[in-house]
Amino acid sequence: MSDPGSLVVRAILIIPAVSAVLLAFLPDDRTTARLNVLGTLLTLICAVTLFLVRPEPGLFLIVDDVNVVFIVLNTFVGFTTSVFSGSYIAHELETGRLTHAYLRFYHAMYQTLMFAMNLALLANNVGLMWVAVELATLTTVLMVGIYRTHEALEAAWKYFILGSVGIALALFGTILVYLASSSVLGEGLEAMAWSVLVQRASAFDPALLNLAFVFLLLGYGTKVGLAPLHAWLPDAHAEGPTPISAVLSGLLLNVALFALLRFKMVMSANSGALAPGPLMVTLGLVSVVFAAFMLYRRDDIKRMFAYSSIEHMGIISFAFGMGGPLANFAGLLHMIMHSLTKSAIFFSVGHIAQVKGTQKMDDIRGLTVSHPLLGWGLVLGVVTIVGLPPTGIFMSEFLILTSTFARAPVLAVVLGLGLLIALGALLYRLNGLAFGDAVGSNAPSRASYVPLFTHLAVVLAAGIFLPPLLVSWFQHVAELLG
Amino acid sequence: MDSFALDVAHLFAGSLVLVSFMLLYQDRMFSLLNIFALHAFVVSVSVAWQAHIQNAPHLYITAAIALVVKAIVIPIVLHRIIVRLGIHRNIENVVGIGQTMLGGIGLVALSIMVMLPITTAEGTLVREDLAFALSVILLGLLMMVSRRNAVGQVIGFMSIENGLILAATGAKGMPLVVEISVAFSILIALIVIGIFLFRIRERFDSVDLHALDRFRGERP
Repeated sequence: MSDPGSLVVRAILIIPAVSAVLLAFLPDDRTTARLNVLGTLLTLICAVTLFLVRPEPGLFLIVDDVNVVFIVLNTFVGFTTSVFSGSYIAHELETGRLTHAYLRFYHAMYQTLMFAMNLALLANNVGLMWVAVELATLTTVLMVGIYRTHEALEAAWKYFILGSVGIALALFGTILVYLASSSVLGEGLEAMAWSVLVQRASAFDPALLNLAFVFLLLGYGTKVGLAPLHAWLPDAHAEGPTPISAVLSGLLLNVALFALLRFKMVMSANSGALAPGPLMVTLGLVSVVFAAFMLYRRDDIKRMFAYSSIEHMGIISFAFGMGGPLANFAGLLHMIMHSLTKSAIFFSVGHIAQVKGTQKMDDIRGLTVSHPLLGWGLVLGVVTIVGLPPTGIFMSEFLILTSTFARAPVLAVVLGLGLLIALGALLYRLNGLAFGDAVGSNAPSRASYVPLFTHLAVVLAAGIFLPPLLVSWFQHVAELLG
Repeated sequence: MDSFALDVAHLFAGSLVLVSFMLLYQDRMFSLLNIFALHAFVVSVSVAWQAHIQNAPHLYITAAIALVVKAIVIPIVLHRIIVRLGIHRNIENVVGIGQTMLGGIGLVALSIMVMLPITTAEGTLVREDLAFALSVILLGLLMMVSRRNAVGQVIGFMSIENGLILAATGAKGMPLVVEISVAFSILIALIVIGIFLFRIRERFDSVDLHALDRFRGERP
């Protein structure tokens, strides 16, 4: 286990863990914010080297076509968010919303969250993956409640209870998967290693796998935020610090969905098992349509984009539920594009809420006049997220819709309606937010624009050109997904 | 495996379901805590017995954690919190006790009907342990939805966790059981600390979306 690949894998886990400990004990604010950026940057560099060296899969950790892109995405968004977080937190300290002690706690938790999410993505052992998702849930709960206002505590509590029940159900599903595999593979670690499970899944008892998948879908589905299991999501997004909303939407939902995908591959490798497609299609469609209508009734800007995340998670589940090489490919692409775009939107929303001093959309008007860069950043972000061409989101949604039209036109009509309704809601709101006469504070913003526009540029570039290596990985994963 | 070992394991798993039912009809905060301590005690004895008959010494650690953390420390801490916050009055139930019990019986029947037919390949012990464990989990969920206050929900959640530990130890030779039970203990410790630090009182602890939306002014 001393080949360069496995060293890199260990570094991806050890750097955030060490940074978390350091940040918990270092007193000075300026250094801690920089150290936070440095920690995530080093992790990102290590993650990128995974494109070049790939370690042999072990019983606990694995790097394969399925997770390599997500690890890089995770560390990349972790890095850009830490840059954004630096300027966001400076403002929070000035206004006194956060004290120095809480700031130390915040940074330590940020790195712990990065560690947990990287571990969940790297884990080959399904039990280890569960522990990592649980750790990620705990750290985000603590960060959602960090402002200690009534609303923040309530949001954290709600997230805590629903999230805990979700992961409890997921654990039961994991135990059932172990039971199904241990009668074939024998007792021990092999029976929990995902790479072994996928190879031998055809011999597993299908009935046991079916039941296990129902529990896993409900459990991890709660963490993904699929309707009707989404109740925690808008509150957690609205009440926590905005960098956490960006990481929640951009990364944690993806991680939970990724865990679900690992199990879906096991299901599709077993010919006797129930097709997980219809379940995921139903949950996905319900989420899309429900969230699309809910978008009209929001008056808090962060809650609105939280509902938009529910909608997109619905689209992605729908795509994986439909299955087939094209829809799966589009689903994977959409996961990446949504993650980049939504975190970019939260970057701009975070600064907007800070300069305006409010999250109420009625009190925010004319952003392109008062804060041109932030305003146009938001406009670009929203135009991208609703799926207008030529961005990456347009491409993935177009692929999902066209491949569905070919196989199940009725479902495609419902999905298309949901997308249009959401588009209407977001553009209608955007019009009020970005244009017209400026209302509220005109104070200049010391925002960091680099993360925001980098994300948007990547999404735009992906709409025009996808690297062939990425395409070939995704095609392979799409095959495995069945 | 001799039939005596099997019968004893059965007895413990069955008693856990019984204690879960007892949790459902408690209407006083302190008696709820006592019954939960009993619940945790039964689960730790059951795990210790499994450790003995499966020759799996690491499971004794899980049993010890269950005994010390959940049967002793958490009930005492919760007791103090309840006294300090002054919330030891009766527990509000969303639905009546009669309906809750009927629902519970239905859930146990459901879990037996679901688990037994699909686990025919496993040994008797695993099959029935899993059926009991699923019953405990479903009864815990029922308890969480039928209680309005935070402490009741937390105890419901901890009883779900006991059910999961039973399932994990019942699945023979499952790796990482100890690690998972440690992770769960941390989770629970945080929940309990959360109740205390955040002073979550009766009024704020609902997970009801409507109440929250009204509070935000998003609904008339």
